[in-house]
Amino acid sequence: MEIFRAHVLVCGGTGCTSGGSPRIKALLEEELAKNGLEKEVNLVVTGCHGLCEMGPLVIVYPEGTMYVHVQPEDVSDIVSEHLLKGRIVERLLYKEPVTAERVPHYGDLPFYHKQERLVLRNCGYINPEVIEEYIGRDGYAALAKALAEMTPDEVIQEVLDAGLRGRGGAGFPTGLKWNFCRKAKGEPKYIVCNGDEGDPGAFMDRSILEGDPHRVLEGMAIGAYAIGASKAVIYVRAEYPLAVRRLHLAVKKAEEMGLLGDNILGTDFSLHIDIKEGAGAFVCGEETALLASIMGQRGMPWPRPPFPAVSGLWGKPTNINNVETWANIPDIILRGADWFASMGTEKCKGTKVFALTGNVQNTGLVEVPMGISMREIIYDIGGGVPNGKKFKAVQIGGPSGGCLPESQLDLGVDYESLTGAGAIMGSGGLVVMDEDTCIVDVARFFLSFTRAESCGKCTPCREGIMRMLEILDRISAGEGRMEDLDLLEKTAHIIQDTSLCGLGQTAPNPILSTLRYFRDEYVAHIKDQRCPAGVCTALLTYYIKPELCRGCTACTKVCPTGAITGERKAVHVIDPEKCIKCGACAERCPFDAIVQA
Amino acid sequence: MTGKLRSLDDLRRLRNETKRTMQDRVGSEIKIIVGMGTCGIAAGAREVMTAILEELAKRNLSVNVLQTGCIGMCQQEPLMDVVRPGEGRITYGNVTPRDVPRIIGQHVVNGQIVEDLVIGRTD
Repeated sequence: MEIFRAHVLVCGGTGCTSGGSPRIKALLEEELAKNGLEKEVNLVVTGCHGLCEMGPLVIVYPEGTMYVHVQPEDVSDIVSEHLLKGRIVERLLYKEPVTAERVPHYGDLPFYHKQERLVLRNCGYINPEVIEEYIGRDGYAALAKALAEMTPDEVIQEVLDAGLRGRGGAGFPTGLKWNFCRKAKGEPKYIVCNGDEGDPGAFMDRSILEGDPHRVLEGMAIGAYAIGASKAVIYVRAEYPLAVRRLHLAVKKAEEMGLLGDNILGTDFSLHIDIKEGAGAFVCGEETALLASIMGQRGMPWPRPPFPAVSGLWGKPTNINNVETWANIPDIILRGADWFASMGTEKCKGTKVFALTGNVQNTGLVEVPMGISMREIIYDIGGGVPNGKKFKAVQIGGPSGGCLPESQLDLGVDYESLTGAGAIMGSGGLVVMDEDTCIVDVARFFLSFTRAESCGKCTPCREGIMRMLEILDRISAGEGRMEDLDLLEKTAHIIQDTSLCGLGQTAPNPILSTLRYFRDEYVAHIKDQRCPAGVCTALLTYYIKPELCRGCTACTKVCPTGAITGERKAVHVIDPEKCIKCGACAERCPFDAIVQA
Repeated sequence: MTGKLRSLDDLRRLRNETKRTMQDRVGSEIKIIVGMGTCGIAAGAREVMTAILEELAKRNLSVNVLQTGCIGMCQQEPLMDVVRPGEGRITYGNVTPRDVPRIIGQHVVNGQIVEDLVIGRTD
């Protein structure tokens, strides 16, 4: 057995990979060899650490020193200073934005203080491509325990007692779902892992699949044992090439070791897992559409009943859970329902992973106990809104979710309270928006997304979303009418009530929540013909402040339409008829004389 | 590559093995620190380091092996410090790979300082 005195962990998540971490890893290898350290120092590529904003990340153990924004030219310093001489490379440490102090230790970062990393426990710690490392962290011990000591009914009871609810968004109790499928008649039974993560700005499932794929496989194996399934499918987006590759590798390794396949661990339980790549349609996150897609049909939902638990894949009983749900299972079995239920709120147990993006200091992946307030997530973990801007709203739950204002920030995060506030938990996307965001524009953005992604099968969703989008276009073009607001609300409720699947039923949420919390802004667009955030170009006019203009003619040179006229050294004017409001002149003006009105 | 796991015991055995390798990522209470400045390396700190890692592997011990730069006692290099929880930091000087098993066996494992090699202690 090899013993290393140091472990250098290079983040191999998608964020850090696109930031250049493979090059960093190759250079580290070279430098280590050059210094004769390759037998002493273990180089490990891990999954995502969550702090993607600061990537590429390199962490050196046993000290736990975290280096951020590591560039190729920094590698030789890390090796010659830290690994050879034991001196920390100060300039590469994380700098606390408020106190400007350098934080040497990974665990001391404020980003991690309020987090409770269970599902992400191994992400950024183990090499996801080496099954032994997962096993060394108690991996597959839960499966072994279930197979050796528990009956399928006991496994289901444990999951029920834990109070685990579906992490895909709707929050249906997982144990109940399993029980339906277990009791359903038909052979073989299937289980499916839903990895069709489609919300703009969400990457929870991707990071879990990339950083700790065996955790998902183990969860599925336990579920299959409890339900009595012998076949499983993982449906994952083809746009996640790294996750797809690591899943294939993980399944292969697990089969080689007898942890998947026939007669798992010498018992008579067998499970075969297939991986199906989806083409990235948002509607395929809906379970019946997903099943249709697996069967080679167009990704369209079917009316339920029959529920998949009764008649799903190939007409057989099928149980579908989301990636994060499956990833929660091993710990529940290994550490018990009581342990799991001790976290979270009365109705929502455990933790939730969120992808924190938008106008926030620390964009990245966070895992928090249920019930924590949005304020804590955005300010204490996320570090607040950057560049001294004011917070305006947070979109939670993606295009199906809602937009919550400052006044709702102290809300505890759980399924019921979010639904009450007009948003949804969703799969866990959190997009933070600052004061420069126009709410009408945001609603338009999400609606144009759902319009494009609607499969077109049912009328309310196909036609209704289109009509709502037309109204929003009208409002942002300055042609809105006050009756439009009532019409929007009425249409939204009809779509909610009558759509076939979750896509249509939740698509009006961004409209309804923004109308509820930011009605003033809609009114400003309609009545005052004004976009308060200065985003909707039709409602903008640029003009030149005569007292500031020096007649330098810089603006006339950049104006693409020749809308600005004026003599040299004399005050210039903009012709509003010709102006296309591109803002190029305002950016170019050295005297800040050109302003929006 | 590990072979096929045929029983729960197989899994348990593999887990314990890997746990040991990965433990160094957590940090241990006991630390060994080797002077790896230019002077230390010139005096043979690299060979001492290798000997330490070999000895720890042989005895299956979980100890953090750290390195440090020059502390100014270049004539005494290679320097090797042992820190046990609640005890002071003991510095051994002019350490050769041959001394390593003795220091680890006596001091790291049993807590008895190898007096003849000690050149300094700090609390």
